[in-house]
Amino acid sequence: MDILVSNSTILIGMAVAFGLFMAWGIGANDVANAMGTSVGSKALTFKQAVIIAAIFECAGAVLAGGEVTKTIRKGIVDVSSLGSTPELLVYGMLASLLAAGIWLMVATRMGWPVSTTHSIVGAIVGFGAVGIGMEAVQWGKVGTIALSWVTSPLLAGAIGFALFRSIQKLIIDTDDPLGKAKKYVPYYIFLVGFIIAMVTLLKGLKHVGVNLPFEQNMIYAVAIGMIFAFIGTVMIKRLKFDAKADKKFHFTNMEKIFGVLMIFTAIAMAFAHGSNDVANAIGPVAAVVSIVQSAGEITAKSATPIWILILGGAGIIFGLVTYGHKVIATVGSGITELTPSRGFAATLAAATTVVFASGTGLPISTTHTLVGAVLGVGLARGIGALNIGVIQTIFLSWIVTLPAGAILSIFFFFTFKGFFS
Amino acid sequence: MVRRSPITNMFAGSPVKPLQEHMGKVHECVKTLVPFFKAVIEKDYSQVAVLQQEIHRTEVEADDMKHELRIHLPNSLFMPMPRERILDIVLNQDRMANKAKEIAGVINGRKMELPDEISELMGLYVASCVSASRQAKRIINELDELIEVGFRGREVNSVEEMINDLDKIEYETDKLESQINNALFVIEKSMDPIDAVFLYRVIRGVGEVADIAQRVGSRLELLLAR
Repeated sequence: MDILVSNSTILIGMAVAFGLFMAWGIGANDVANAMGTSVGSKALTFKQAVIIAAIFECAGAVLAGGEVTKTIRKGIVDVSSLGSTPELLVYGMLASLLAAGIWLMVATRMGWPVSTTHSIVGAIVGFGAVGIGMEAVQWGKVGTIALSWVTSPLLAGAIGFALFRSIQKLIIDTDDPLGKAKKYVPYYIFLVGFIIAMVTLLKGLKHVGVNLPFEQNMIYAVAIGMIFAFIGTVMIKRLKFDAKADKKFHFTNMEKIFGVLMIFTAIAMAFAHGSNDVANAIGPVAAVVSIVQSAGEITAKSATPIWILILGGAGIIFGLVTYGHKVIATVGSGITELTPSRGFAATLAAATTVVFASGTGLPISTTHTLVGAVLGVGLARGIGALNIGVIQTIFLSWIVTLPAGAILSIFFFFTFKGFFS
Repeated sequence: MVRRSPITNMFAGSPVKPLQEHMGKVHECVKTLVPFFKAVIEKDYSQVAVLQQEIHRTEVEADDMKHELRIHLPNSLFMPMPRERILDIVLNQDRMANKAKEIAGVINGRKMELPDEISELMGLYVASCVSASRQAKRIINELDELIEVGFRGREVNSVEEMINDLDKIEYETDKLESQINNALFVIEKSMDPIDAVFLYRVIRGVGEVADIAQRVGSRLELLLAR
């Protein structure tokens, strides 16, 4: 106990520093995958993508990031088992942050496809099982999380397939794709706004202290969806179409309308990513801060302080500004085959899946979910060629990242433990 | 430390554009047969030599594009069309250019002359063969539209119509071929026998370009059937 009180400033300072480091890493690298499809399909310039990412990653973290933060904080390691040694959790969380941050940096430098989510979960499980004891890890919850890593790409794939087929039926395969696109795209925009708003209202806002009855949430979500759709309709009205462009590729003008839709999907994606992945950085920070501030009392009930959520958002923006814009440009320019209609189907499918996972508190990998969504569109015969070797690298990243995060975190855990006592 | 993102890695590069570009080059090669035969009929052999070079050059370029396309089509690709089919289409496209090169090479090498009796028919015949190639190119250019619609519905019907038109053009070319053969048969006794044999060979060669163009169309039709 005394250790926590006498070192409280150092411990919180370390947590904030490591958390910022981690958030910086997410902003620098992870966000590029989330925004890449929007830039690649040329719906957004990469400058616009950076601005959207900066605003909505932060909004996602603050408004809807609470559940996942809670899971990372106290869902994986059973805090009640610690009893008289709460400082172990503090060391462990610090160790996890440092381990995941360093591992991400090394892996990125080596060009390995790793996931921030997997690194941090591996790290927390690692210190929990070895540093505290096997029984301290809530294996049931860990199993659910691991399962969600498999189901989330599958779900995103199914949604992507369905969305794309619906576009084909309603818009592309008709006499007048352009007219039908003008007619139906606002409905899709409504859908984007509605889903995001609904999940946020139902699951996210209580962490910010707002709690509304279901019907009222429904009304607000519909209203937000309608506002989105209205803005979208105005933007579509202002588009200029060139009949000559359709000579070379018959769907050029129709794709322009999907370009508008893609802006909203990109917003949804940034929001979804913020709501899920920022927790990887701030969950451990929140855990450390709450234990240290309550001088060792592990309060299972306390909500995540808003300033920590904002800290995560700020770290991400910092990562984006210092480094991420380059990565977004690189990723975006690598995806040249994606038309806005496919980009929309894939991105919305992924964003929906991620936002639902955030609502249920499951930390999943945005990148893997997006890969699943793109494959879903590919299964509907919508993309010229996909390299399915990527699936292999995803499996590989699971196998490598989990133990790597765990081992590093165990190492740092014992280092901190020795250092402070 | 820019990392290769799994998302970027996924988009391995569709073979559709390269396939269309290859067909464009092949057609450029094939359509040079029209001025080439015009020069032959006018007995302008310096022009014949120039155009033979031109055909040769475009054929070589098409060849390079074919190799490039094959190299970038690894086994691990997931495509809305079977990989073998794409390779098959590019192979047939390439054969069209090869045939054109062969014809031009023989005519220029032997400084062949066309008998006046068949020169007019020959002009029509070559033009018909080139329009078969043009139609095949149009069909291949629909491939990105087909992917946009996911190989379903209206677009499929319109491509099927284009393939039917190609079949018609090929049929017309066949008819012209037998007309020329008949006309040549009447006068072959008055010709040098070896020249006559090579002339028959050239006539068949031109017919083959149209035949292969039709085959390109029918290979693409197989993509629609799935």
